Amino acid sequence: MTTIASERPAERPTSRVTLRTDRERAPRSDRRAGLLLSSPFLIIYLLFMIGPLLVGVVVSFFNTTTVKSGLGGWVGLANYRAVLEDSLFWSAMWHSVLFTLLTTPLLVVLALAFAVLASRIRRGTVFYRLAFFAPYVVPSSVVVLVFLWMYTPQVGLVPKLFSAVGLTSPDFIGSTSGGWTAVVLMTLWWTFGFNFVLYTAAIQDVPPEVYEAAAIDGASPWQQIRFLTVPLLGRTTSLVLILQILASLKVFDQIYLLLGGGPNQSTRPVIEYIYDTGFTSYRGGYGAAATMVYFVIIVAISAVWYGLRHRRTTVAERAAERPAPRAERRTS
Amino acid sequence: MTTLAPVRRRRTPAPAAIADRSNGAKLFNRLCAVCVTLFALIWLVPLVWALITSLRSDGSITAKPTSPFAGGWSFHAYSYAWDNYPLGYWYLNSLVIATLAVLFTVTFCSMAGFALALLKFPGRNVVMALVVAGLMLPTEGLVLPQFIEYRSLHLLGTYWALVLPSVAAPVSVFVFHSFFQGIPTPLIEAARLDGASWWRIYRSVCLPISRPAVATVAILTFISSWNAFLWPLLVLSQTKSQTVPVGLASLVNPSNIQYAEVMASSVLGFLPLIAVFLVFQRQIVQGVATTGLK
Repeated sequence: MTTIASERPAERPTSRVTLRTDRERAPRSDRRAGLLLSSPFLIIYLLFMIGPLLVGVVVSFFNTTTVKSGLGGWVGLANYRAVLEDSLFWSAMWHSVLFTLLTTPLLVVLALAFAVLASRIRRGTVFYRLAFFAPYVVPSSVVVLVFLWMYTPQVGLVPKLFSAVGLTSPDFIGSTSGGWTAVVLMTLWWTFGFNFVLYTAAIQDVPPEVYEAAAIDGASPWQQIRFLTVPLLGRTTSLVLILQILASLKVFDQIYLLLGGGPNQSTRPVIEYIYDTGFTSYRGGYGAAATMVYFVIIVAISAVWYGLRHRRTTVAERAAERPAPRAERRTS
Repeated sequence: MTTLAPVRRRRTPAPAAIADRSNGAKLFNRLCAVCVTLFALIWLVPLVWALITSLRSDGSITAKPTSPFAGGWSFHAYSYAWDNYPLGYWYLNSLVIATLAVLFTVTFCSMAGFALALLKFPGRNVVMALVVAGLMLPTEGLVLPQFIEYRSLHLLGTYWALVLPSVAAPVSVFVFHSFFQGIPTPLIEAARLDGASWWRIYRSVCLPISRPAVATVAILTFISSWNAFLWPLLVLSQTKSQTVPVGLASLVNPSNIQYAEVMASSVLGFLPLIAVFLVFQRQIVQGVATTGLK
């Protein structure tokens, strides 16, 4: 639940209904104002958000090139067939999935752990917020510059740390496994704060009475965390999880900048594949088809998650025979 | 202003901290503090290390990489970076683009959010459905058709190409929509009875009390448009018309051994954002919590 949304007064829905019926008398001013006020956004939205989607669908059936304007010849489903048969597309897709598998558990579990621990400290909130969240506002290319410096052989901080504990550091830029390690560590540092903030906000929504009751019953701090905080954060965890999965599947900046998808395209994510086909090989129609395949996968994942969550909430509601305690924003 | 009060209330002491005064809670909390502080200090290392490196000379960095005090400190790398890269142009571009994006996003999205929250008009449900569906669209995946469309509209290479996508983001409408829904109806009814037009109610009643929502949308739009990478990389092709992130990306090169200069440029790249963060950290954190937990 959000901070802003939760400030709505509870009795609002009923009062809104009465206002609506009152207003039925002057509907024309309503209608005109509604259309006028929403049209600037709507026009831009339709043109520049829905527009590209439609352009993508259309272009994917043509042999379009990105170098010059015009659609090129009609090829029907040939682009799609080529994408689905291209092993390079599927290995790029797999790299995005692998990145998601490597980062998601770390980013969710660590964020949960440290948000729970930080919630037990009264002072220094600003400091923790700064330390954990400030990296999130730094541009990706700056993050890569800083980490590239830290990964530099011989003079970088990370190889020095490795040798300090008697290990030989992997080749962070030149090898596939080293590259993955480098990208995962960097992403962990960069994006950890986002989930940390989401968890911190959710923890603040837990009413203090719950802990007071538990403390009176003699629950130790550890038991409180284990049996109260973590279960109460269940909904947040499912949300953080899906946001993280969707964000990780969109990975581009870090891998492109740090490794260029190399060595030998062994770390190239799917967005970089689309970028390469469209802007290095100039195969616009083919790239659009790849975009659509990728898009269908992402939307399918969101839909499955949404379905699962919807079913779980209705089951929970039926079990409790009353609305869920944390009213959900109706639209998500 | 009423909306600010509950926010302040939830900031006061962490709930868990009040509850346990027994059961070894004090010791446990102290352990937590040590653990989290240690972790936070580790998290600060990359930024601090970049800052330290930027103040040293390349010679002493290669000779003694891990002793930050060897060779003395100077601002030489900063003047070198400023003279050799068009940092001023990059800053100016980023600033113009981010400012325009904020202005248009706040204006257009608050108007749409107002209409969706308080007005009944034909097509309202369709617009709402479009906005909600838009929340699911992974825009990063759409760059290729976006590029083709912008090219046929002759928008490539212009500031508009970078401003328009952030205005088209439905998240901002969403934030305004849920905020305007929370405004007490008697307030609006009273204004209606006084004969105020809807535009007037939006301008003079709703917008002034929605400062928290405006701040949230403005700051998040500013940061995301300043930090955008892939789209500006495609749209702005000339060195001097690039934004800060795209410009700095040209320095990414594993064999670059001008450590101090590169780190000085990085520091110049992150300082404005850290400054924005320090000034607005409360709003930023709240904005992320709002838009993330939707």
